[in-house]
Amino acid sequence: MTRTEQADIAGVLGRYEADILAEWLRIQQSALRTHRVDETELRGQAREFLSLLRTAAGTGNVEDISTREWEDVRRLLEDISRARARQGFTPSQTAMFVFSLKEPFFRHLRHEYRADVERVGAATWAATVMLDRLGLFTTEVHQNGREEVIARQQQEMLELSTPVVALWEGILALPLIGTLDSARTQVVMESLLQRIVDTGASIAIIDITGVPTVDTLVAQHLLKTVAAARLMGADCIISGIRPQIAQTIVHLGVELQDVLTKATLADAFAVALRRSGLSVQKAEKGRGPAGSGAARGDQV
Amino acid sequence: MERIPILKMGDSLLVTIQVDMHDRLAMTLQEDLTTRIVQHRARGVLIDISSLEVVDSFMGRMLANIAAMSRVLDAQTVVVGMRPAVAITLVELGLSLHGVRTALNVEKGMQLIGHDRREDDTGAEREA
Repeated sequence: MTRTEQADIAGVLGRYEADILAEWLRIQQSALRTHRVDETELRGQAREFLSLLRTAAGTGNVEDISTREWEDVRRLLEDISRARARQGFTPSQTAMFVFSLKEPFFRHLRHEYRADVERVGAATWAATVMLDRLGLFTTEVHQNGREEVIARQQQEMLELSTPVVALWEGILALPLIGTLDSARTQVVMESLLQRIVDTGASIAIIDITGVPTVDTLVAQHLLKTVAAARLMGADCIISGIRPQIAQTIVHLGVELQDVLTKATLADAFAVALRRSGLSVQKAEKGRGPAGSGAARGDQV
Repeated sequence: MERIPILKMGDSLLVTIQVDMHDRLAMTLQEDLTTRIVQHRARGVLIDISSLEVVDSFMGRMLANIAAMSRVLDAQTVVVGMRPAVAITLVELGLSLHGVRTALNVEKGMQLIGHDRREDDTGAEREA
């Protein structure tokens, strides 16, 4: 890429700035009809982009937009792209901002150097390369913006999805819903252990009714949680094992022998009550609910 | 020489570890503890590690050793007061201290020892 083409690009951008801007805005507005875009905002963005582009194309290399000369252009595109991602634009609608500049810009290039076909070709090619890169950059930022949203939501889900509930004095339950991965196990383990310390619970029930599949990795994560709780001095019961999961566990050869497992949370709760020396009995007829609930049993 | 104090509570011994362990200290503790178990005919050993923020593999092995030695002398070892972060680290290291009993605090540890003894006395089957 020679300096001539860059000078041509910057020159045309500078000389016909107002014309290019007007045409470009017209194209953009017709393309973005479905979305309500603030016209003054769009005009401001477009004007700033054109002037920054002219400076950058005049000083920097049009083939490499990652250099320092392009920093301002990149920052502007990032802002626009992020704002559009938030407003719900599609990636192509976002990239449209850059790509729609081609038509008016190329027309002026052709017009300016119509006497020299070679020169028009070379300058157009250089400008295409430059605008394509800028367009791809915009799409990339748009994508990143979306991914950030996904990551944030994942984090929020992670925090929401691991409640530790107290079933009774000294008995905690941890209903797990969704797939268990390493990051989630860590959060689950930490919140469970912290609650054990806070409440002084001696039994924790981990209910996996909401866990869709249990593979060796999930089983290992579960066993880790159980082992950590045991080190703290609390016993763990795993409940909510569905028939298919029981089969999978056996087929995979996962050793769950050290852990007490129960089919339902109710069964696990009954065991936990018994271990705490509590029993549940039916209230006698005619008496109020005061007689119901758990009563401390004599047997230990 | 630096020593870790061993307190007698009823027929149990209470060891509170507050400093970082090193080989010499661990050896001394094992020696003192076994002597005291025999001397007092202790039936339980409580090791309180609630003030430890870091437990490494050496510490893990030492706890397991103490538990094994006490078992030979017919005393139950209960490790009490482990912090959540320490428990997670030990599990990640693959040291789940098999054969060592645990409790949330000293009080519960004492209950555990008392409970086991009553079961022993009545001749009931003890859980493995």
